[in-house]
This record gives sequence, C-alpha cells and structure tokens, in this order.
Amino acid sequence: MEIRLSGITHVYNGAEVLSDITLDVPSGRIVCIVGPSGCGKSTLLRLIGGLERPTQGEILQMGASPPGCLNPLTYIFQDFALLPWRTVAGNISLVLEDHGLGKAEMNAIAENVLARTKLSDFRNALPKQLSGGMKQRVAIARALAVNPAVMLMDEPLSSLDAQTRELLVDDLIDLWTRTPFTAVYVTHNLAEAVRLGHSVVVLSRRPGWIREIVHLDKPLGDRHLGDPELDRQQQHLWSLMRDEARAADAELAHV
Amino acid sequence: MFAVLIALAEIGTQSGFISPLSFPKPSDVLVTFGELYDSGRLWRHLGPSLTRLLIGSVIGVSTGVALGVLIGLFAYVRAGFVPLVAALFPIPKIALLPLFVIWFGIDEGSKYALIALGTFTPTVVATYGAVDNVDRTLIRMGQSFGLSWQSIVRKIVLPGAMPGILSGLRISLAIGIILLVAAEMLGAEYGVGAYILEAGSLYDLERLFAGVVILSVLGVLVSFAIGLLERRVLRWRI
Repeated sequence: MEIRLSGITHVYNGAEVLSDITLDVPSGRIVCIVGPSGCGKSTLLRLIGGLERPTQGEILQMGASPPGCLNPLTYIFQDFALLPWRTVAGNISLVLEDHGLGKAEMNAIAENVLARTKLSDFRNALPKQLSGGMKQRVAIARALAVNPAVMLMDEPLSSLDAQTRELLVDDLIDLWTRTPFTAVYVTHNLAEAVRLGHSVVVLSRRPGWIREIVHLDKPLGDRHLGDPELDRQQQHLWSLMRDEARAADAELAHV
Repeated sequence: MFAVLIALAEIGTQSGFISPLSFPKPSDVLVTFGELYDSGRLWRHLGPSLTRLLIGSVIGVSTGVALGVLIGLFAYVRAGFVPLVAALFPIPKIALLPLFVIWFGIDEGSKYALIALGTFTPTVVATYGAVDNVDRTLIRMGQSFGLSWQSIVRKIVLPGAMPGILSGLRISLAIGIILLVAAEMLGAEYGVGAYILEAGSLYDLERLFAGVVILSVLGVLVSFAIGLLERRVLRWRI
C-alpha cells in the first residue's frame, strides 16, 4: 500500500503546525521524517494514521493492504506501550485476539514474529524482566504480527541508549532486507535517518514545511556505521537543520 | 513489635506498676480467651460477626467496584455520581443505623446494609481513581491496534486499575470491621461487638481485651488475605 499526502496544512488552536506538505510514501520503502523539535513531525504521523484529520489537504491510501493484514496502519511508540501484566507472547496475542483467529493460527503468527525478532527464547518473560531494547523488539514484533500495510514509527529508538539503538537499527535493516515493509519513521536522530531511510524528509521549524527531500539510493543492507557517503549525507542534513534547530531550541514553549 | 508491647504490659502488671484496675494482665486475657474458646462461645460470637462482615462487604465492595469503573469510563456517570459519593462519604455511617433498622429490620438486614454502605464509598473512590490512573499510552496503543472497546476495558483498563482497587480494598475492609462492631453494639445478641459491649458494661477488662484481640486478629487476617490476593493478581509488578 502506498500513501500520498497532498497539500496538508494543519492548524492547532489557531496556530499553524504544518504547512502544505506534499509527500509520497511508496510501497516497500522507509521514509524518514526529521526536523527540529516541535516542527510537527509527530502530528504528521498522527494525521497519516488517521488519529487526527488535517485542516486542509488530503491523505490517500492507495492500493490494497497485504493479504492477512489485520491493522493497515500500525504505530510503534517511543515508550513501547507493552502491557506489564502480560508476557511477551501475551502482548503479541493481545492484538490478534479481536480478529476471530483460531488458537493455532494465532500461535503460528506469534511464533513467526518472535522468530523474526529473535525473541523466541523470551516468549514467557514479563516486560519488567526485559531491557529497553528488548521491550522495543517486542513492540516491533507486536506490530509485525498484524501484518501492517504501513508502520508508523514515532521515535522508536529515542528512549534507548546509543549502543542498543545501534543494535536495533541493524535489526530493523535485517527485518526489512528479508521482507520489505513500508514505514514512516519519525526521528530527530540524523544517523538513524541516513541508515534506515530510502528518503529523508527534512521539515522546517513550526509551521513545518518540507525544506528538502533527500533520496538515498544505497541499499539498506550495504549501509554501515561510519560509511563516508552516509556521513556526507548526514552533514548535509545537519547543515539544513542547524540554524532552525537552534532557533527552535531558543523558542519559548507555547503552553 | 507486638511481642515487645505485650511483654511490657505483662511485666508492668505483674510487678504492680500498672494497676490491674486500669489494665488487665495479658496472661489473664489469654486465659479468658481460652475459656471463651473452650466454652464454644467464641464461635457463637465470631460466626455471626464473620457472616455479617462477609455478606456486607461483598455487597459493598462489588457494587463499589462496578460503580467506580463506570465513573472512570463514562463522563456522564462521573458527573452524576461523584458529587453523590462525595456527599455520602463523610457521613458517619453509624448515624444511619436507626434508619437502616426501619428500612431493613432490626436483625441481619440493617447490619448488612450498614457494612455494605460503609465499604461501598471508599471502594468507589479508590476504584475510579485507579481507573483514572491507568497509563493512557496503553489505552492509546489498544485503540491504534483497533481493539474493541470491550477488549480495551477488560484487558487494559481493569488489570491496570487492579493495584489501586486492591489497596482501596484494604481500607474498605478495615472500615467494614469498625462498622461491624458498631452495628453489633447497637442491637445484637451475638457477635464480637455485643461481646465487647457486655464485657464493657460489666467492667470486665479481661473479656473486653479478649474481644479487642479478636478484632485485631481479624484485621491482621484480612490484611494478610489481601496481601495474598495482591501477590497472586499482581505478580507482574513484583
């Protein structure tokens, strides 16, 4: 499934948050959205997920969802949002239980996603026993379980330490290489963006408009830490953002 | 702590430092308690008391949890019932006993009603507070995965509110025990409250204290039972 945003403008309590965003999320690609804090990245994700309706413009979902898709637009949250009273397997079955699947089928799906995220051995662990990185792996497994058409990832690695983040970036690249998925990936970490994005959308400070869309052609599997080409791209992104980020940082919060 | 306090009282009364008129010897209280047990009168008093506490608090707690969850979930219910509960909460329930006697009769009915009302209000307040405190991100997660409303309530809201509900239960049941005794003092032939009242009016301090010990033990047992329940239901938190 492909997502097309055209002319999205969003106003929040009289203040313009997003301005004239036109963007394509092609099927099987990861689109990263970066921008200074408060530029409306997360709002954009909420609009795409249909949690909010844009003030102007339209968001089109084109093409059918993949077969066996239970929840076309699926979020992955920064704070994992796992139920602490359910085991890893229980957290995954939570999102399958409402769809009238047989027990065997649910188990098969759960086993499959656990194997894909290398969590099979932790099936019966409770979230409190897991590290942050493992928790986010569970959340990713849960999202994969509903076989989403598009994954909407809201700073999924931002609450993890740098090393764990690196491991999870590798895991996501692995997952994508084996079975490409479509994702919109919001982050403020430019290194993540150049590692994972097929294209990187740079938003300006509020009201957010698209400053530039950088396309990265290098296959995900060939992108490694410290790749000079990626570093150059990251430099370029940072040069686009630096002044804005500084200005956004100095801005008073609207409370 | 218990042991130290009891030992101090025993030494004090044995040595004559504390007059036997003002405080009974713990060993005498124990003897009285033994007699009470041997004569079978312990169960004649404790049996009705436990039944009253059980029936009254089951009614009060179950309706309290139900209303508390509804208040937590629906703004309309909240608007209607929160002021009502706030109005009921500070009323000393014992003041309503004569009213309940008229409504439900002098025997068991009024006692059940009193204990039920007394456990109901704190349970409601604890429950809707607990529902309010359920992690919003978990509910949003459930919505974003397209879970049905029933699933969200049953699998996310209720388990999430359980710790708060159980700690409210501790308070409710302690209030239940207090009201049980009060109700029994005001009109019962048997029951721990009636036993204490009788002992009190005869200034039989040993028996009075035996009764008080029964109540304390009851309180400790209830608290222990809730502790067990918490450990079972909230294993995920420890």
